[in-house]
Amino acid sequence: MFDRLTETCGKGSAIAALAPDLHWDLMLQTGDNEYAIRIENGAVIAANAGPHVMPSWQTRLAAPTEEWAAFLEPVPGPGHHDIIALLRRGAMRFEGDLHPLMANLYYTKRMLASLRPEVAT
Amino acid sequence: MTLHIEPIIGRYAHIEIEGVAHRLYWEEAGQGIPLVCLHTAGSDGRQYRALLNDPRITSQFRVLVFDMPRHGKSSPPAGTVDTDYQLTSDAYVAQILAFCDAMELDSPVVMGCSIGGRIVLHLAQRHPERFRALIGLQSSAHVAPYYDTQWLDRPDVHGGRICGAIAYGLMAPQSPMADRDETRWHYMQGGPGVFRGDMHFYKVDGDMRDQLATIDTAKCPIYLLTGEYDYSCTPEDSRALADAIGVDLTVMPEMGHFPMSENPQAFLHHLYPVLDRIRSA
Repeated sequence: MFDRLTETCGKGSAIAALAPDLHWDLMLQTGDNEYAIRIENGAVIAANAGPHVMPSWQTRLAAPTEEWAAFLEPVPGPGHHDIIALLRRGAMRFEGDLHPLMANLYYTKRMLASLRPEVAT
Repeated sequence: MTLHIEPIIGRYAHIEIEGVAHRLYWEEAGQGIPLVCLHTAGSDGRQYRALLNDPRITSQFRVLVFDMPRHGKSSPPAGTVDTDYQLTSDAYVAQILAFCDAMELDSPVVMGCSIGGRIVLHLAQRHPERFRALIGLQSSAHVAPYYDTQWLDRPDVHGGRICGAIAYGLMAPQSPMADRDETRWHYMQGGPGVFRGDMHFYKVDGDMRDQLATIDTAKCPIYLLTGEYDYSCTPEDSRALADAIGVDLTVMPEMGHFPMSENPQAFLHHLYPVLDRIRSA
């Protein structure tokens, strides 16, 4: 589900340029699966699907698969268009150290939205 | 090539609010029924740029938009820059009344968005005789905290960046990118702690749930409009308010929390019928 992040947010991408100093181990949980997202200098250098033997992460965003799918629609509907909207509905959990997320919130939103077909960069 | 100069006039007025001297910035355009517009938390009057530039409105209304103290070009009053800021309903009402008095406005219409949409309920409750009509955009009686607002003001997070990111998500994906960028830029320029301080009113002090029965819309009509993509004040929140006080609600499709700023042209078409009704009343 998140494999293409290394393409849409890879080194040299416009999104990577939004957070040039960011180094972050982000875990994205979809139902029973987990994607380990490794970010260096703002670029997504790895997006590895689980299962992971000894997963280590700073921050985890967890939501049911259908919620992620609705979020990643080309034009998501009301309540599905933003991770804070999901948080408010109780559809997503923010876990772990939230500082990298909140200090880079616009970057994070743009990174995830880059997987939407219409807005891929 | 003709230089495009907007008809908006911006000036400063020295106004006493609750016994404290303020140098308040306001913009205005048009002539007719006074229409005072209130910006959202952590932003400023630039949100109403399209309204101030719209001849259909300014031919009938004198549109006035002031920057709240600490917002936009209205600096904090002398000696209070480092004071911990928390907006209260009493202080907010006092600002609006002081501005209307200073401008000598006769029975103005007040339109506010978000915190502005909340404070019009307080105006309706406390001073209905002073206003021709009230318009609440993204208006609800209460918003329960759904994220920790401490993140908006801490030394290890850039306040402008996080405030802009919060505002960004509250807009509809269909709104024009240029206007969404303009809207979040206002948030990125906010002073430290101002957005968080405004949230004190929005999520704590300004709770109107237990007081809605004291609002008499026969004394002062209230109009409500809410964007469907707003997850801060959802259409359901506004619907509950509208039902409680017995007024209509316009739900604006493909619109978020900042209708007048994120998609001004679409918003104006929802606003025209409301202003027509107010004018003909």
